[in-house]
Amino acid sequence: MKPAAFAYAKAHSIEHAVELLGKHDGEARLLAGGQSLIASLNMRLASPPMLVDINDIAGLDRIDMTDGHVLIGAMARHADVERSSIIAKHAPLISRAMPHIAHAAIRNRGTIGGSLAYADPAAELPACMVALGAKLEIAGLQGRRVVAAEDFFKGMFETALGPNDMLVAVHVPAATAQTRVGFEELARRHGDYAIVGLAAAAQVAGAKLSDVRLVYFSVGDAPVRARGAESAIAAGDIDGAAAALSKDLLPTADLESSAEVKLHLAGVLLRRVVRQLQEARA
Amino acid sequence: MGEYGIGQSVPREEDPYLLRGQGRYVDDVTIPGQLRGWVLRSPHGHAAIRSIDIGAAKDMPGVQLILTGKDEAITSLGTQRPMMPRKKKDGSPATGTPHYALARERVRFVGDMVAFVVADTLNEAKDAAEAIAIDYEVLDAVVGVEDALKPEAPTLWPEYPGNAAFVGQSGDKATTDAAFARAAHVAKHRMVINRITTNTMEPRGCIAEYDPRDERTTLRCTVQGPHTIRRFLASEVLKVPENQIRVISENVGGGFGMKGGLYNEYILCVAAARVLRRPVKWIGERSESLLSDEQCRDNVTEAELALDKDGKLLGLRVKTLVNIGAYYASDRPGGPALVNIGVLAGTYVLPAAFADVVTVFTNTMMTGPYRGAGRPEAAYVIETMIDVAAHDLGIDPAELRRRNTIPAAAMPYKTALVYTYDCGDFPRNLEDALVKSDYKGFDKRAKESRRNGKIRGIGISNTVEASNVGLIEHAELRFDPGGSLTVLVGAHDHGQGHQTAFRQIVSEKLGIDPKKINVKWGDTDQIAFGTGTFGSRSMVACGTAITLAAKKIVDKGTRIAAHLMEAGEHDIEFREGKFLVAGTDKSVDMAQIARDSFAPAKIPKGMEPGMVENGTFDGGQRTFPNGCHISEVEIDETTGMVELVRYTAVDDVGHMINPLLVEGQLHGGIAMGVGQALIENIVYDESGQLLSGSFMDYAMPRADDFCAFNLGENEVPTKTNPLGVKGAGESGCVGALPSVMNAVNDAMARIGAPYVHMPATPEKVWKALSEATKR
Repeated sequence: MKPAAFAYAKAHSIEHAVELLGKHDGEARLLAGGQSLIASLNMRLASPPMLVDINDIAGLDRIDMTDGHVLIGAMARHADVERSSIIAKHAPLISRAMPHIAHAAIRNRGTIGGSLAYADPAAELPACMVALGAKLEIAGLQGRRVVAAEDFFKGMFETALGPNDMLVAVHVPAATAQTRVGFEELARRHGDYAIVGLAAAAQVAGAKLSDVRLVYFSVGDAPVRARGAESAIAAGDIDGAAAALSKDLLPTADLESSAEVKLHLAGVLLRRVVRQLQEARA
Repeated sequence: MGEYGIGQSVPREEDPYLLRGQGRYVDDVTIPGQLRGWVLRSPHGHAAIRSIDIGAAKDMPGVQLILTGKDEAITSLGTQRPMMPRKKKDGSPATGTPHYALARERVRFVGDMVAFVVADTLNEAKDAAEAIAIDYEVLDAVVGVEDALKPEAPTLWPEYPGNAAFVGQSGDKATTDAAFARAAHVAKHRMVINRITTNTMEPRGCIAEYDPRDERTTLRCTVQGPHTIRRFLASEVLKVPENQIRVISENVGGGFGMKGGLYNEYILCVAAARVLRRPVKWIGERSESLLSDEQCRDNVTEAELALDKDGKLLGLRVKTLVNIGAYYASDRPGGPALVNIGVLAGTYVLPAAFADVVTVFTNTMMTGPYRGAGRPEAAYVIETMIDVAAHDLGIDPAELRRRNTIPAAAMPYKTALVYTYDCGDFPRNLEDALVKSDYKGFDKRAKESRRNGKIRGIGISNTVEASNVGLIEHAELRFDPGGSLTVLVGAHDHGQGHQTAFRQIVSEKLGIDPKKINVKWGDTDQIAFGTGTFGSRSMVACGTAITLAAKKIVDKGTRIAAHLMEAGEHDIEFREGKFLVAGTDKSVDMAQIARDSFAPAKIPKGMEPGMVENGTFDGGQRTFPNGCHISEVEIDETTGMVELVRYTAVDDVGHMINPLLVEGQLHGGIAMGVGQALIENIVYDESGQLLSGSFMDYAMPRADDFCAFNLGENEVPTKTNPLGVKGAGESGCVGALPSVMNAVNDAMARIGAPYVHMPATPEKVWKALSEATKR
């Protein structure tokens, strides 16, 4: 395992990082936790001429409440997000998803920004962001902009980030007393990539659920919202929701599982997660 | 003797240094002037090599040498070949296929070696390898054992048309056919044993060093039998006297059979070191391990079991196709396929049996011995057939086994295949395990599982395996003039804890303070000769060799003690490390006698001074460890996920030198059996690409994939060796594979679902479950 030769620069600010990216015609790559990037470099699946290390940018790892939103800096490590009381209280879906992300050693190093920018279709966090209606803050040569999670994930390893852009933070609407969340995934072994996973959020009013968001991962090129199932759940029709999945999802087979089994398992997760949504908030 | 004697659960003395990273594995050794080697491998499953251009690579920084298949340094080497006589399908001898250290005209699997780059640093070697241009003509490939026998399949070797390599038969066909003719019932079943790989914690690696002073080559490498490797390297490859080769294998991080062979990477390092006159190191990376370590299992069996109207077994007929991979270049593939075929007879009164094996070439890495090496496969076949028959006849599987198990009083028992079992109490294993596992309480547990949406299954295997293949082994007990003792053994240790166990044997036999014993293994210059560690043979073969040497030490010590204490030899007794004059309080201890033995004045006239004795065991006879394993699984009916929830085993590995080590061996063996049954799988695509080429895709089981193991023992010492040991390394794996698969398929049968082949992944199980719903 050895990467092709590359240049290395350490950015001291967000602006500096973007400037460095701009100098390499979009060929440079940002180095955050390095949990996917370094492996793909070592396997020579990628050979960027330059790595821009953003690990030392002050404040890029902060986790805060601002303005009814939870702000999570791009360099926040999974392990810190996992242990954050702010996240546990105001973004409980993320807390639930965290233990499913790989293994402790990887979570110690991996970052939220890295996971979202990489956009692996089997990853947990992109689905969570879509389910929570999060906004992603991007710094580019033309300044800052904000993109809704749903518009951010474009396809397999494809996002709204341009070649000279850097994801700097996510803003997650804080949970209210009416917010309900659910998370489940099936994997061969704990910590493996999901065979199928589901992240969900909804608002509760009396016995009814509204604003239901059911976001599947590991069933397509990007997180997939099951819109037909969402409407059916809002109408209180769980069987209808399960039936709607065959139109909502078009899973593709992988080494372990056929499309048929993935679709079936998506239905199993639907029932489990809807039960979680219906449970009173702890 | 005391807490270090035979039968004591002495904690592994290897653990403190191994766990602190103080072991000495091959990659821990650096020799001045050492260069690094890197292997360029075929990216194609089957291709002709049109040309290789090393022009750009050879001038790259740090590059010292690039070897390809047509270089004289490679073509001048001999190749290994199978030694055991085998036959092709047409009866002519199957003499094997050469596997050159580097491919010449053709590559036959992904990972086949094409060029060897030696450079000052590993990274320079890798960069240069990337600059080598190879023009391949890609050919059709075939990877499945049944596919390879189809008429349209590409042929790997013209001299083996149709891709059948060698064949083998066992048992008496006529008697077996006659038994089937009078059967009241015949159970039939097709079984697939998937391909897996070993994944030792330490990857393979080596350093080769050439010493021009005496034209000797030293090879440090990850092997289970240094002397065996030395013999192959000297006689087959380099054609030099054995004494010109030294093989060193210190700590090795797991072997499991896979590190038994002389791999071509080691030969390349030797060749390069001889050309360059500098040491060359090669250490495999994990992705290379997955590609190029010998893989294992991979066969398809059609079996039939004949029973009379009372459920008594009459006969067994078995046809097995074994995938040996791309080359038949040594005896390695023959072991699993044929050597242990006798295990098919099981623990049962089975009057007739016949087995027919065909081995097959495919465009895959070669298969070789892996924990059990044919025994888990054979045990899986007979134990599955018992369950299939029990299900057909509506008889409880425990009861069908009870009716047919060989009674202890029938020992020695000659089976219809290969072996005559010398001893063992198979019915007691079964009954003890049934009690220990609360077999009677299963229905209650199954109902409880049902309430939680789970289907519960229980699976029994009551197996016997054949260990100690009967090769010679050697040990030397070497006292120094100061009275401390060095024990040199031809067996190896790659994680077993042999140092601990051998020290126990010596301590018991000679009464020496265990702290004064030094155990050495793994160096052909230090140890006169040996065979190595595999096939659960080390305690049987090497333990016996130590025992023989210890007896000579005591005999010589007795003569010296008699001389020193002015007594007759017949009046000397040796007890707990002391030579005593019977009926007196006169005694002298072993260490003192050893010291005195070096002083000519203190020993009888005419006696050679010194206290150094050898023991060489002729290998003796096969031993038959046996045991009953009972698994319980819970299957989530909505997802098909299988969870191992209970595991019970009662094993007879003969006399236990160290019960703690035995338990560790059983745990490890069970884990490997469960891993294959539930998750491990090697997958090639049609073109021969390895899809399970990293730990992201090849699932190794982890601690949280297991339940606690409830182990018991039923020691029946064998009389075929002086220690009464049978070997403990493989019985866990032999018992686990069939028992877990029987549990999974018991659950399937309970709800009318079809049979699930290993590994029982959620995908396969769920599909079987949905078949049941459709029915």
